[in-house]
Amino acid sequence: MRTAHLDNGLTVLTQELHTAPLVSVWCWYRVGSGDERPGLTGVSHWVEHMNFKGTVNIPRDEMKGIVERFGGTWNGYTWIDQTTYLETAGRDALDTLLFIEAERMHNGLYDPAECESERTVIISELQGGENDPDQLLDTEVTASAFRAHPYRHPTIGWIDDLRAMTRDDLYDHYRRHYTPANATLVVVGDVDTDEVLRGAERHFGPIAAGAPVRRRRPAEPRQVGERRVLIEREGTTAYLKYAWHAPAATDEDFFPMLVLDAALTGAKGLNLWTSFRGTPPQRKARLYDALVERGLASAVAGSLIATSEPFLYSVSLTIAAGVSPAAVEAAADAEFERVRTGGLTEAEVARAKRQLRARLVFENDSVTNVAHQIGYFETVVGPGYLSAVADRLAAVTTEQVAGVAARRLAADRRTVGWFRPLERHA
Amino acid sequence: MSSTVARGLAPLRQRLDNGVVATVQETAFSPAVTISLAFRAGSLYEPDTRPGLAWFLGRVIDRGTTSRSASDIADGLDDRGVALRVTTNRHVTALSCTCLSEDFGPVVDILADIVRHPSFPPEEIEKRRVETITAIRQDQDNPGVRASEALQALLYPAGHPYGRPAKGTISAVEALTRDELLAQAALRFAPATLSAVVVGDVRASEAVDRVAAVFADWTAVAGGERGVPTPHPSFGARLAVEMPEKSQSDIAYGFVAVNRLDPAYCAHWMMNTILGQFGLGGRLAENIRERQGMAYYAFSSFDPSLGPGPLVIRAGVDPANVGRALEAIDAEVGALARDGATERELLETRQYLIGSIPRMLENNAAIAVFLQTSEFFELGLDYDRRLPDLLRRVTLDDVNAAAAAVLDPSRACVAVAGPASPRGE
Repeated sequence: MRTAHLDNGLTVLTQELHTAPLVSVWCWYRVGSGDERPGLTGVSHWVEHMNFKGTVNIPRDEMKGIVERFGGTWNGYTWIDQTTYLETAGRDALDTLLFIEAERMHNGLYDPAECESERTVIISELQGGENDPDQLLDTEVTASAFRAHPYRHPTIGWIDDLRAMTRDDLYDHYRRHYTPANATLVVVGDVDTDEVLRGAERHFGPIAAGAPVRRRRPAEPRQVGERRVLIEREGTTAYLKYAWHAPAATDEDFFPMLVLDAALTGAKGLNLWTSFRGTPPQRKARLYDALVERGLASAVAGSLIATSEPFLYSVSLTIAAGVSPAAVEAAADAEFERVRTGGLTEAEVARAKRQLRARLVFENDSVTNVAHQIGYFETVVGPGYLSAVADRLAAVTTEQVAGVAARRLAADRRTVGWFRPLERHA
Repeated sequence: MSSTVARGLAPLRQRLDNGVVATVQETAFSPAVTISLAFRAGSLYEPDTRPGLAWFLGRVIDRGTTSRSASDIADGLDDRGVALRVTTNRHVTALSCTCLSEDFGPVVDILADIVRHPSFPPEEIEKRRVETITAIRQDQDNPGVRASEALQALLYPAGHPYGRPAKGTISAVEALTRDELLAQAALRFAPATLSAVVVGDVRASEAVDRVAAVFADWTAVAGGERGVPTPHPSFGARLAVEMPEKSQSDIAYGFVAVNRLDPAYCAHWMMNTILGQFGLGGRLAENIRERQGMAYYAFSSFDPSLGPGPLVIRAGVDPANVGRALEAIDAEVGALARDGATERELLETRQYLIGSIPRMLENNAAIAVFLQTSEFFELGLDYDRRLPDLLRRVTLDDVNAAAAAVLDPSRACVAVAGPASPRGE
């Protein structure tokens, strides 16, 4: 991988991969819902939507088709620490893709009518999510787990903020955060590094550096007692969700915690773009054995994601038909207590590390995924982190895992949520 | 390893004497291998009185063999970071996973044992039964699934095998027995129904040898094939699934189109791309999402198989906008059928689909899917290289003929799931 910096502060990361005639371009911005204040929740995600709605040199009607011409796919996502845009297309698309991303960085139109039209699209996205009880519970548990830190609100925003936000709110947010110094351009694929750097200079070089962006987020006070959420709505299935305060990616507890999660629920890996789709290897995982194999739950999923600041470690359970949430909670609590007091065996730690080593290989299986990982860790965590992941994982000891289990899974530092279905009367 | 797919696929294919077909593609993406064992054992082959049998078989088949317990299998997979997926669709049940190159041999051994000697332990059947019933109940609470399943039943009524949900019903799953699982496995899991695909960082000849080593002496005989009955859609039928507490309504609107082997398949594929795939979702998204701001998603999908496949339009909208959204779908469907596509749309779509072939082959798992599809429909080992020409040959008249043949708002089947809407019928 090559790292370069343009004079205006843009970081450019490139890696040649000649295994397929493709190029993947990602442009990352160090802004997400964790940088929003009340009243403007969801602004980062809405800005992401607006950045597909036309620029000075790419009218909205030409946005559609410009990447497809090269057989390409395009997308974007916003989360708590980052917003990113991607295209993966035939290698001949390189110059066009750099042009699109440079336009997106500084020439967005934010036509007022388009902003209005997108308001209802995003509200539709939010309502579609509300149709899923598990997602609803996740939103409520996350909001309850934090008192002060902006990680507490959903990335899509609260509905009243989405109704009230103005075009100027969006545009101000865009102008403040979409600057070269707050961005990382990543190019991976069947390309020549020097050509990439020349293209980056040509398209992004003229963009003014802009004012530096300082990230200021209130610290989360230490939790002093268990918090509980109960949602009762018409439905068919009960869900149970635990959330503990998790270590940030740079915290020394992070990799032991990753091993702990792999032993409890199966190893997912570290790729937010792909690793959390599908079921991980978990048939020997403790919670799978204690809950799914005993007929109490039909699914268990753990989630520990590398984040810039301490987010949440969550365990989500789909409760089996006919079983009470209380029974599942009692069985899960017994497992959490067991690992808090006894840690893991050497064999469990070894298996978890083998699983994670395999996942790190699997999640880097395409130009798109390699580019995502490079950009994600540069933006969210910092330079040099990704290349050290394998070694830091290998260095995790059984004692470290026992330590994080004892400290981090304490009952007074968790939030527990139930979704209890009420019978439908339709 | 120097092999890349930069110039297209070059798989090694070998048919064993007992009928097993092994196809291997070397790649150099990463030190990993994807294995896919696809059997012609989908829901088409279950008795019509036992809906969900094929799906349930897929839930239990990997939970014990005559020589390995469920725990042994779990050890063998989990220790290597392998998550085995068993998927069941209309025609195929497939076991697929990705492992590190160094684990290829032992993982193939485990998979072969699973499909050749499943023991269906009674306690595993009961655990998976609870899981499956819970999954069906989750589906019952999901407006998208409810609308899609209701539409499928309208498009393929009267007990057509394409018309029922793959998971079956709760009462059907409750009634399934171990003997039925054993009988179904014996009927459909056999060398003659197996296509084994291996893609990744492995020598092709060695991988073929390994597949032969675990399958060549398999002598099981498959039961008879079953044709796909001709569907008789309930033209113009509209159905509302009431889910009053939901925030958003899901629309499923569709037709029955051609099968995958129809000479006009590529024309239909391009027509569907124009209607509901290109960009955010073709003409449908341009109207419903971009111009009217009504939906986060509006798209169409076309899913042909050996039988005529459904062309389904999906949108999720505010319950108050269901009527408007249906009018917009009617308008786009009617316009494409009546006026056809434009020359520009044809060129853009052709360029897009031809250009996207390398993306269809971006990683091992995607290549495995492509090779399984090619094998199932007998498209040939060079299909990825022939496909551009097939697409270039499709004319505007061909696309317009496909649109005229399939799209007719007055004959569309429609299902809406969600809170009552002004147009709920």
